Amino acid sequence: MFNYLLRRLITVIPILLGISIISFAIMQAAPGNPAVMTMDPTISAEARARQLEALGLNDPIPVQYVKWLSGVVRGDFGLSYTQRRPVMEMILERLPNTLLLMLVATILAMLVSIPIGIYQARKRGSALDYGATVFSFAGLAMPNFWLAMMLIMLLSVQMGWFPVGGVSTLGADFSILDRLHHLILPALVLATSDMAALTRYTRSSMIDVLNQDYIRTARAKGLVERTVVYRHGLRNGLIPIVTIFALMLPTMIGGSVIVETIFSWPGIGRMFISAVFERDYPVIMAITMIAAVLTVIGNLIADICYALLDPRIEY
Amino acid sequence: MLEPKQYRPLLSVNNLRTSFFRKGVELPVVDDVSFEVSSGETLAIVGESGSGKSVTSLSVMRLIPSPGGRIMGGEVLFDGMDLTMLPEKRMYDVRGNEIAMIFQDPMSSLNPVLTIGEQIAESLRLHKGLSKGKAMHKAIEILRTVGFARAAEIVNEYPHQLSGGMRQRVMIAMAMSCNPKLLIADEPTTALDVTVQAQILDLMQNLKKEFNSAIILITHDLGVVAELADKVIVMYAGKVVEQASVRELFNNPQHPYTRGLMQSVPKLDQDEDRLFSIGGNVPTPDNFPKGCRFCTRCPQVMPKCHQQQPELIKVGDNHLSRCFLHEAADV
Repeated sequence: MFNYLLRRLITVIPILLGISIISFAIMQAAPGNPAVMTMDPTISAEARARQLEALGLNDPIPVQYVKWLSGVVRGDFGLSYTQRRPVMEMILERLPNTLLLMLVATILAMLVSIPIGIYQARKRGSALDYGATVFSFAGLAMPNFWLAMMLIMLLSVQMGWFPVGGVSTLGADFSILDRLHHLILPALVLATSDMAALTRYTRSSMIDVLNQDYIRTARAKGLVERTVVYRHGLRNGLIPIVTIFALMLPTMIGGSVIVETIFSWPGIGRMFISAVFERDYPVIMAITMIAAVLTVIGNLIADICYALLDPRIEY
Repeated sequence: MLEPKQYRPLLSVNNLRTSFFRKGVELPVVDDVSFEVSSGETLAIVGESGSGKSVTSLSVMRLIPSPGGRIMGGEVLFDGMDLTMLPEKRMYDVRGNEIAMIFQDPMSSLNPVLTIGEQIAESLRLHKGLSKGKAMHKAIEILRTVGFARAAEIVNEYPHQLSGGMRQRVMIAMAMSCNPKLLIADEPTTALDVTVQAQILDLMQNLKKEFNSAIILITHDLGVVAELADKVIVMYAGKVVEQASVRELFNNPQHPYTRGLMQSVPKLDQDEDRLFSIGGNVPTPDNFPKGCRFCTRCPQVMPKCHQQQPELIKVGDNHLSRCFLHEAADV
């Protein structure tokens, strides 16, 4: 197992290198540059050229990449063009907010969809099964920005049940309840599509498992239905679900960009959007790399979970 | 406990009818089946795939896949209780404890993510109230009984680490763990190598002697029947077509279908180019003929067979057969 992890971590290096090259290239290929987007348009051409030179943006792109890379290896993601602060510092300020949002959304998705999926598998063809199916498809089909705006309009503006955005009430003392109150809507929106997908996957995986011979064996032993489903069924049913979890992580990072923007959630997703608009290259690259690392970690965790769930898998 | 004063079979199935429903249409997969088994006795249920023999045994266990299937009528008297009427809660005490079952495919009948020990100990903890440690101890003991020398290691292994024959022995160990009064073995050797088959049959024979359990053996292998069974019922398309002691059935098969089955067994002393086979297939329940269910394949079919269903007729001592030919012979 340890050897396997070590091997996996080594293969991660070329993956991350590849991702960084591609994102760097795409970023450079996008129209506009920091000079156009953020500098005072009234300064002289000479001053502008001097600034571009100072930022290193006159170098050939491969040189710029190597310079960036040599910084990253030393843990230095450079200075933000717009804020003139170390990118790492800015990210560390905001990353916990995003991770919290993603964690709560993931737990929410799991807690809701796995029990519903199991119930659907057990009561196939029941009214509740059809109802949950309809909701799953609705959840998958709804764009999250639309859902976010609807929820804000209904629950925050009209009913006044939830704040319209932010992480906490301005000026108030820290309280967990206040934090949760602010967290519910964005987490719900972020979780919706994954919740829907996960429900569908749990349902089909459990239907498959509950038709297996060993489930009949378990029933023939005289086990009550609950034990049959949860002890004998669920562990087998979860094996394919783990893959879905690994795939959920990147979509959540993507989703957080939209959700954070709509709910003015001070996380890296929102920071990413403004960085893109301002062509703040160091920030864009740093966040892209963090997303890549999170995705790779998600896959690694999924692989470890396989081995824990399924004794047939050995590394 | 009172000793039963008069002879009473352990299990007596009377006029059992189990149907599956497809688009609201009733498909009688088991139709008016009756038989009895006593302790220490082995009853074989023989028939081709689709004859309803597995569904008969699942009906006894009340494990018919639901929704879809249902016991429509008849009674399953086990130790004086009608299992078809028993509340589901009480069935939990019967299954695995008083009636245990071994399934056809040992490769898929064990849970791949639980250790052998956990799977055997589970029944013991449930039905005998043993603690985790004691149940595991007992599991090792039972595994020794079914012939595992390394029982203490096997309990910690997973099904995928064992061969097919070993897994079937684990299944038997699991089934016998609570000393059931009745063991239902649904094609226990079909999926195994011939050499392993003999081991499993020997094992079942020994266990029957040791525990004095009744056994219902479901098979399409007449060799296995000759080896293990005391009496036999032959099923065809959901109906019992012949019923006799094993000796009587092999010496004097009466029903054309049973005779066909006997002829399909290859014999060393005959030098034929082709093996005999009964032409055609078992009709599916939505396709049962109006008359005798075997009329579509019977070599001795008469016009009457297409019109009417024959009854089970006594053709000898403890020998019943469902065929119009016997009537004709009487006249």
